[in-house]
Amino acid sequence: MQLTVNILVLAAIYALVSCGYVLIYRVSRVLNLAHGELMMLGAYGLFATASLFSGHPLLAIAVAALLALTVGGLVYVFLMRRMTGEAVLAAVLTTIALGILLRGAMILVWTAQEQHPLEALGFSSSSISVGDARISTVSAVLILTTAAVYAGLHLFLHYTSWGIRMRAAGQNPLLAAQRGVGLHAIYALAWGLATFTGGLAGMLIASDAGLDQTMVVIGLKAFPAALVGGLDSLVGALIGSLIVATAEVLLIYYVDPLLSDVVPFFVLLAMLIVRPWGLFGSKEELDRV
Amino acid sequence: MSRPHASGYFRTGYGGEIALLDTRTQKAGLAAFALVLLALPFYDAPFLLDLVNQVLLAVVGAVALMLLTGFAGQVSLGHAGLLAAGAFTTGVLFKEVGAPFWVTLPASALTGAALGVVFGLPSLRLRGLYLAVSTLALHFIVIYAGNEYETRRGFSTGVVIDPPRIGEWVLTDARAWYFVLLGFAAASVLFALNLLRANTGRAWRAIHGREAVAEALGINVPAYKVLAFVISSTLTSIAGCLFAYYRGFVSAEAFSLFLTIQYVAMVIIGGLGSVLGAVLGAVFVTLFPYLIEWLINVLPTPASWANQVFAVNYAAFGLVMILFLVFEPQGLVGIWRRIQNYFLLWPFKHRPLSGSK
Repeated sequence: MQLTVNILVLAAIYALVSCGYVLIYRVSRVLNLAHGELMMLGAYGLFATASLFSGHPLLAIAVAALLALTVGGLVYVFLMRRMTGEAVLAAVLTTIALGILLRGAMILVWTAQEQHPLEALGFSSSSISVGDARISTVSAVLILTTAAVYAGLHLFLHYTSWGIRMRAAGQNPLLAAQRGVGLHAIYALAWGLATFTGGLAGMLIASDAGLDQTMVVIGLKAFPAALVGGLDSLVGALIGSLIVATAEVLLIYYVDPLLSDVVPFFVLLAMLIVRPWGLFGSKEELDRV
Repeated sequence: MSRPHASGYFRTGYGGEIALLDTRTQKAGLAAFALVLLALPFYDAPFLLDLVNQVLLAVVGAVALMLLTGFAGQVSLGHAGLLAAGAFTTGVLFKEVGAPFWVTLPASALTGAALGVVFGLPSLRLRGLYLAVSTLALHFIVIYAGNEYETRRGFSTGVVIDPPRIGEWVLTDARAWYFVLLGFAAASVLFALNLLRANTGRAWRAIHGREAVAEALGINVPAYKVLAFVISSTLTSIAGCLFAYYRGFVSAEAFSLFLTIQYVAMVIIGGLGSVLGAVLGAVFVTLFPYLIEWLINVLPTPASWANQVFAVNYAAFGLVMILFLVFEPQGLVGIWRRIQNYFLLWPFKHRPLSGSK
């Protein structure tokens, strides 16, 4: 029972992180390897607003989430916009470089010590029991947030005009632009949304486990989840996260705790050998990258 | 290899087209450069010598990655994993059977070659981004294997290796190391240049240009792709083995993803598709942290920065990489060519269009 809960929590973490990869890849065909760092930036944003608006935790969370949205948009406007039309590799390397830059800057501003945004907000963590298993409140909130984010993204992409434009831009940028879709605005929005969801993930993970440099690793480990499901499919990301999380929790439990950092990549390699475009990804993608 | 000069086209035979050096100035310049390199260790500055040794070590790895990414066009994000494979082969053989360096060096090369096949096989099916991701996954698996070995055998902090010895003579002196590393670096550069003007290099360039056309020209695309991975990772593993001996220490921590990024940065900052670029990139990226440290000491910076040099380093390194990617995708070689052209073409600004001679 506890194992099931652990799997669910880990899957929710991976799902919340990996939808950022999927959003950006689906819309602009860029793999954002700075996602882990942007996620961490969101968590540090919460830490900063928590001390700024002490006594108003909800306001602090809302401001931090908005900040994450803005930062994502700004990353596109000031950096990634210049890389449109360049080789795929150049764009990926730019995100890697951005990640290194952010990591260094964050250590300079907030030091490398472990921080605890939850205490800064004035909450304390507790746990609730489900059957004979225990789950921390933060993890429960995380599972709910993941569900809400996925439901929200689905509604957004299918029932709002901006969402439909975003899908159009992802399917065929040229035709979309000719039909009057402002590509740069759409791309900026996609980056903003991805950073927003990543930021939410960062905040929740930091509330549960403390905030330090190891968060980047979680960001990186969530990437296989996105790819296993298919890099351009949100449903895929959800199922991919479940697969990766199940494999990871079970192997750690039954085989070797040291495996924790490699299991997602084993799953990734297996997937790349069998079905490189992922469970739900579209097959022609392979030649387009 | 070298390009025809602006003043005219004086070649009379096909040999001239692939000659590594074709003018007397170039030969004289190379001879002068070689003399400087040979005289360098006798300038008494131990710190400087260590720096140069690190650069030479990086040159071997950077040239290997340049062959793969810059010429064959296969992206790899697993470079640190391959270096680690070489270093760990050396470390394990030394610890378990006390093997001397003339066993560990070829063994590292063999491990590299075998891993090259493993890293290269996905390239038959995957392209671009997906290939990069598969090599990234392999990096984590190699590092995991190294970590596992350390934990299982109880070397939790790392494996200590004795310096290589031949009979009574032990290689510890920095000056002796300099000549050994210089030899390896020069050999790898020469090897790369020769490979590139032979069939293999031409095949790689064709594959890089367009796979379908390369295949139509009768090039065995899968074989040459895997060959690119094998040659590159063999060379990288040799660099890893040298790294292990030079440091006298192997630890999985030393081969983080950041090391991969540094090597990729060498290739990018140096300039893709040029062996000179790999060398320039290796010099730049290796010296960069020391430059930053020096700048922090010299310039007025916040006091907290001095305690967190590594963070400043990260930030500055990321920034420089972004600047190169955005403003100078041709890298240092691009800048060098522009300066060269400026003097060659003076008083004109642009090279004449080819064909309008």
